[in-house]
Amino acid sequence: MALKHVNAVIVGAGAGGGIVAKELAQAGLNVVLLERGKWYSPFDARKDDLRNQRTTALGNAFGPEDEGNPRVFVDPQGQEHVVLPSEGNYSNNAACVGGGTFSYGAMAWRFMEKDFRMRSTYGSVEGSTLEDWPISYDDLEPFYEKAEWEIGVSGDAAANPFGPPRKKPYPMPPLPPNREHDILKDAAEWLGLHPFPIPMLHNTIPYNGRPACMRCRWCVGFACEVDAKCGTHNTVIPKALATKNCELKTQCVAKEILTNAQGRVSGVAYFDSDGKLQEQPADLVVVSCGAIESARLLLNSKSNNFPNGLGNRSDWVGRNLQGHAYTGAFGLFDLDIYDDLGPGASIAACDYNHGNPGLVGGGMLANEFIRLPYQFVQLLPDTVPAWGPKHKEFMRKWYRRSMGVQGPVQEMPVFDARVQADPKVRDRWGIPVARLSGTRHPRDVETGKFLASKAEEWLLEAGAKSTWKSVPGLWLSGGQHQAGTCRMGNDSKTSVVNKSCQVHDVPNLFVVDASVHVTNGGFNPVLTIMAIAYRSSEYMVKEWKGTKFRS
Amino acid sequence: MQMAAAAAAASPMFSCSSTDSPWRFFTVQEARTLEAICEQIIPADKDAGAKQAGVVNYIDRQIVGHFKRHQKTYREGLAAVDQTSRTLFSKVFAELSSEQQIKILEALEKNEVPADLWKGRSAKQFFELVVEHAMQGFYGDPRHGGNRNGVSWRMLGVPYPPIRGRLHYDLTKPVGTQPA
Repeated sequence: MALKHVNAVIVGAGAGGGIVAKELAQAGLNVVLLERGKWYSPFDARKDDLRNQRTTALGNAFGPEDEGNPRVFVDPQGQEHVVLPSEGNYSNNAACVGGGTFSYGAMAWRFMEKDFRMRSTYGSVEGSTLEDWPISYDDLEPFYEKAEWEIGVSGDAAANPFGPPRKKPYPMPPLPPNREHDILKDAAEWLGLHPFPIPMLHNTIPYNGRPACMRCRWCVGFACEVDAKCGTHNTVIPKALATKNCELKTQCVAKEILTNAQGRVSGVAYFDSDGKLQEQPADLVVVSCGAIESARLLLNSKSNNFPNGLGNRSDWVGRNLQGHAYTGAFGLFDLDIYDDLGPGASIAACDYNHGNPGLVGGGMLANEFIRLPYQFVQLLPDTVPAWGPKHKEFMRKWYRRSMGVQGPVQEMPVFDARVQADPKVRDRWGIPVARLSGTRHPRDVETGKFLASKAEEWLLEAGAKSTWKSVPGLWLSGGQHQAGTCRMGNDSKTSVVNKSCQVHDVPNLFVVDASVHVTNGGFNPVLTIMAIAYRSSEYMVKEWKGTKFRS
Repeated sequence: MQMAAAAAAASPMFSCSSTDSPWRFFTVQEARTLEAICEQIIPADKDAGAKQAGVVNYIDRQIVGHFKRHQKTYREGLAAVDQTSRTLFSKVFAELSSEQQIKILEALEKNEVPADLWKGRSAKQFFELVVEHAMQGFYGDPRHGGNRNGVSWRMLGVPYPPIRGRLHYDLTKPVGTQPA
């Protein structure tokens, strides 16, 4: 039996969905926000080195759980593997209220102006669907600002000479420097680089009714014990609920988006927390499940009007899956580097995002978050034996004397790197699972090698006695920075949504998350997801007042 | 006894062959072999090794929980290690000299083992799995049964910090307005 009709149902309470829920609820729409995971609190910050969202030896702390949530991964040789959420090839993002923002590292980057014009800046790239965004940085600027002030960002806006134009500073100052910051800052300046404190979505002073970061070592991948990390779970979602116009339903798994005879969407079918199938009718539907699950939901929503899934008339849904080739170097030093001052990541440089000779784009470089002991085991160079006395001696000698500098390579979108609905494997609710195949573009590896050599140069200048590089190869790229699977564009033949995130041929259906990114910047993408969510919400509210979506 | 019963209930496919084993999953002999392997992976020197850190306890705890899918691999792999040791040196692995043990483990790592004893299974994959789990049990969080008393963290110089944080106080309100 269908539930009571609402104005909007939003699938996914992450970075995108949380913001849309608040904007629509405050505009007076009644909203149902569906989330497949749970709502955790700071008291769920278990600081467990082996079970968190970064190190998943014993599973994901904030979902999805290994049981009943498989995916199919097709390796570059065409071999199929059924993979679990705690395995790397699953390309997981968290499943909980707040989504990735509940436990992320929280770097708060604005993309640069050129990141929206990659095709016009660099020309076409063979084997890539590289394209400009249909919107510019200027279109997003006010919404970046809104995200920075409403969700909460700390940083020093004036310190990055490559930063795109902005009208307001960050609402909070950066944290005081840690030892890595001090060492790397001098070295960067000697090299002629332009280092600055990393903008972060965490409180450095009391803000929004929550305290400041206490600088513990369990940051990226963990919930914040003092609630200083700013995500949608502790900002916009509580605000949405406070309007009384928004109902948050957790542990609800969307099965498909329902359509009517007129070719519009009419609601969402989902399994509630008791496993019971429910139908939630709505005037409009917003899909915000992350690039892999959003594509999967659209592809699983088949009907006579939409035999290949929603938004998929041109076969672009699920295409261009991209993340970031994280590349960089580690160095060993004569002196103690470790100062136990979290989050660790503190200094960055944007000198290599663009204008690298012979390369298309590039990426930001920043020092790494604190490496917990077991994480460090996984980062050792090939020259160290994998076990035995030499391994132990290396750990003992260098753990506190190492530093890493890394960055996300802006990837070239590849049409065949994709998400499909698997024809055979189903999850515990009987829904076809995501099938991931394809690899990143060879140019990404090339750019990665360049960026890693620059990271190495920086570490050597800082006094590293020895270094080793880490560059990902030709493999599927997704993970927590997953993007691109429902591209934004003006032409419905080569994209899925328009510049307001509205699906081209279904006016009351929106996709609001990194799926819509045409390219994914040389930066962590979350602030861009948030800005796009604010911008798209503004359009929905405006059109709503014109009663365009009412059915 | 209660623990053995719980382990048997949790793993219907592979119940403990010896009910007097103090372990949840492993038999006394399996645990002895595994402990000797792990001690070679992370040997004691001036600091504790895998044995003192309780690495086998970690693996035993996880293998009736999150690592349930590896039960068969461990049962067959540990038996094959002992058979390989008997074939090459006429003793089970735990009774070999350290040099002999290292020789065996190096052979596993290179997959250079008597094929009939491993019946098509990859010795290399088994060994790599044990290495991975041993590192987790040694360097991971003590709450999971390994890294006893934080021995590896002490060795590295990162002891568990005093509890800080926790929302004991509401920092957004003036200090002194709330009970301590």
